[in-house]
Amino acid sequence: MALLVDKHRPRSLETLSYHQDLSDRLKSLAQSGDFPHLLVYGPSGAGKKTRIVATLKELYGPGVEKIKIDSRVFQTTSNRKLEFNIVASVYHLEITPSDVGNYDRVVVQDLLKEVAQTQQVDLSAKQRFKVVVINEADHLSRDAQAALRRTMEKYSPNLRLILLANSTSNIIAPIRSRTLLVRVAAPTEEEICSVLKVVGKKEGFKDVEALNKRIAKDSGRNLRKALLMYEAVHAQNETVSENTPIPPPDWEALIAQVADDIIKEHTPQQIMIVRAKLYDLLTHCIPATMVLKTLTFKLVPKVDDTLKAEIVKWAAFYEHRVRMGTKVIFHLEAFVAKVMRILESFLMNMDF
Amino acid sequence: MANFFDIKARKEAAASSAAGSFKTVASKEEPNRLQPWVEKYRPRTLTDVTAQDHTVTVLQRLLHTSNLPHMLFYGPPGTGKTSTILALAKQLFGPELIRSRVLELNASDERGISIVREKVKDFARQQLSNPPAGPAGVEYRKKYPCPSFKIIVLDEADSMTQDAQSALRRTMETYSRITRFCLVCNYVTRIIDPLASRCSKFRFKSLDKTNAGKRLEDIAENEGVKLGPGSVDALVRCSDGDLRKAITFLQSAARLVGAIKAGKGKEKGEGDGMDIDEEDDGMVTVKVVEEIAGVVPDATVDELLKAMQPKAKGIVYEAVSSAVTDLVADGWSATQVVGQLYEKVLYDEKISDPRKNQIVMVFSEADKRLIDGSDEHLVILDLALRVADILAGA
Ligand SMILES: Nc1ncnc2c1ncn2[C@@H]1O[C@H](COP(=O)(O)OP(=O)(O)OP(=O)(O)O)[C@@H](O)[C@H]1O
Ligand SMILES: [Mg+2]
Repeated sequence: MALLVDKHRPRSLETLSYHQDLSDRLKSLAQSGDFPHLLVYGPSGAGKKTRIVATLKELYGPGVEKIKIDSRVFQTTSNRKLEFNIVASVYHLEITPSDVGNYDRVVVQDLLKEVAQTQQVDLSAKQRFKVVVINEADHLSRDAQAALRRTMEKYSPNLRLILLANSTSNIIAPIRSRTLLVRVAAPTEEEICSVLKVVGKKEGFKDVEALNKRIAKDSGRNLRKALLMYEAVHAQNETVSENTPIPPPDWEALIAQVADDIIKEHTPQQIMIVRAKLYDLLTHCIPATMVLKTLTFKLVPKVDDTLKAEIVKWAAFYEHRVRMGTKVIFHLEAFVAKVMRILESFLMNMDF
Repeated sequence: MANFFDIKARKEAAASSAAGSFKTVASKEEPNRLQPWVEKYRPRTLTDVTAQDHTVTVLQRLLHTSNLPHMLFYGPPGTGKTSTILALAKQLFGPELIRSRVLELNASDERGISIVREKVKDFARQQLSNPPAGPAGVEYRKKYPCPSFKIIVLDEADSMTQDAQSALRRTMETYSRITRFCLVCNYVTRIIDPLASRCSKFRFKSLDKTNAGKRLEDIAENEGVKLGPGSVDALVRCSDGDLRKAITFLQSAARLVGAIKAGKGKEKGEGDGMDIDEEDDGMVTVKVVEEIAGVVPDATVDELLKAMQPKAKGIVYEAVSSAVTDLVADGWSATQVVGQLYEKVLYDEKISDPRKNQIVMVFSEADKRLIDGSDEHLVILDLALRVADILAGA
């Protein structure tokens, strides 16, 4: 059974439920014939992908929805073989180069040129260019980004890129200069509520507005998360009321425990206990940044007002290290130790 | 081989296909309407290149002396480097010879040491092509000097490894009789010294307001786009002297407001009825430009600033954190937010200089972290809290 998130995903620009002005804009771009390269950015769960799929449909018609997954093998200069998956329709391709880590440049170089040098197979295609959608473009290595530059200009008659990213900070200036930036804001809590309402109606769920509001708030304006929570609440309860507890995802519950552990006791033994939990999170593929950030926002409400900024300061400090370093666990642990120290010395000073 | 003007594979594909209408890279053949304006208005000759007066003058002169030094073009994105070398090559060799005389290698090509050496060697060794014989050739030579060397353009050279660059030194010398190199890059400091010192350097400046404005106005006029008061300034301001960006903004702004009057001639006949309406409201305004450029509205930045003003500690945290959470959820680019916040704080006369000094350091750190790819939410929150702390005079 498909998840609600997928089941009720809008498929065309007309049926997208919020950011009407943005949909109009994408529509007029798609119809104009001189569609530019796009860099679409915004927080996760804001609906970037859905919007882009709808835009592709506007560009090419329903044919883009017939997709298949190709597996391709690329060869690096050091003769390593890379397996790489490509989602493709006749008109477009979708790739996630960050899947192959530092070898992303090879994929970008080879694949885009290949696409650019072959023509549309379908001669009746509405556009003579093909679109390549690049997921997680903000994780592209500098080399891969550099490799895109001239390709974007040289092959512009045959190729348009749509880069999807959470932020533009990591995209090099020459690439930003070659794309039209499209910001997709997360839906507001009200907008989320109205989506939940529509979906609930289709599913025949009992409509409890207050509960929906709580879900919207808890989701942090992340529509995907809100829909998952909404589905979970209704799946786990025969009937719901405004006070029905909303189960957090497992990993979030575990991080909440870690926060409690940190507040409760500030000793080396406690760090060991916390470490085990951190490892647990990491082995379940929760990104270190997500762990650190979630932990921070669980800690902050539990500490004294005078310490809040301090906690954030060290969170930002160690998150940077996570990003730059190689062993994420070091930095997560260091953060935990730092926070314990801050809490401990605060308590000591209070004693005087 | 990555010869810019002739992509073999494509040509073959195009030739073997029944759909002969499919075009090769030569973009001027493309129906104009369907072309991004940055390509449509790419300078075709040296005189088309705006604002780089010094460079253009020198190159014009070189054009007539039929000799050329090795060259290094450097400068920020979208200032005309690639366009200039392409235009120069075209003027030197003309359409017939350009394919055989110019090799372009850019960052999208594999550029390890051995490959560069190999490609350059192959290219340099090929026999020098000549203009057609007979009277046609004489005519051709009148138009194009066709000096007896080849040009190798290494675009985006700053993404070449140090090793590849060192290897290039030898190659440059070995073939210097029959080849000239032109290195193009954004950051001249990433080109190793021994290489840079072999080249005449040309700096491409960020485009200034007058020149960029003029170019934008010309394009707008040509495309039938109406520009509202101040919109050209806004375009230039939002694009930081990057003309390519400014042109892209202009094109999307035009799309957005539907400011394009139904094109000349035929199209006009078809869409007669609507013309008047469109002409009235279809104007590119400052607001539209800023929206496209992703400029954070003043009110939003002010809100964050207000939250940062001194209050009881707990309250400051709540206020700042909720303002930041909204900013992040709204998807504003963190670099943009940080930049605009910086402007506001620095030009705020109520903040004393020593405090500003402290604040600047916080900004410096935040910027570095963003470039390194740190989490934007944490970076902005930390920045705002620390600045708030300094403002409170802790
Ligand atoms: N000096 C200029 N005069 C006229 N048009 C320009 C100029 N600079 C940039 N442009 C416009 O911007 C587009 C891109 O310019 P170009 O490719 O030459 O930039 P670049 O300097 O090579 O940038 P990058 O460093 O990103 O490669 C051109 O197609 C043209 O439309
Ligand atoms: Mg260039």
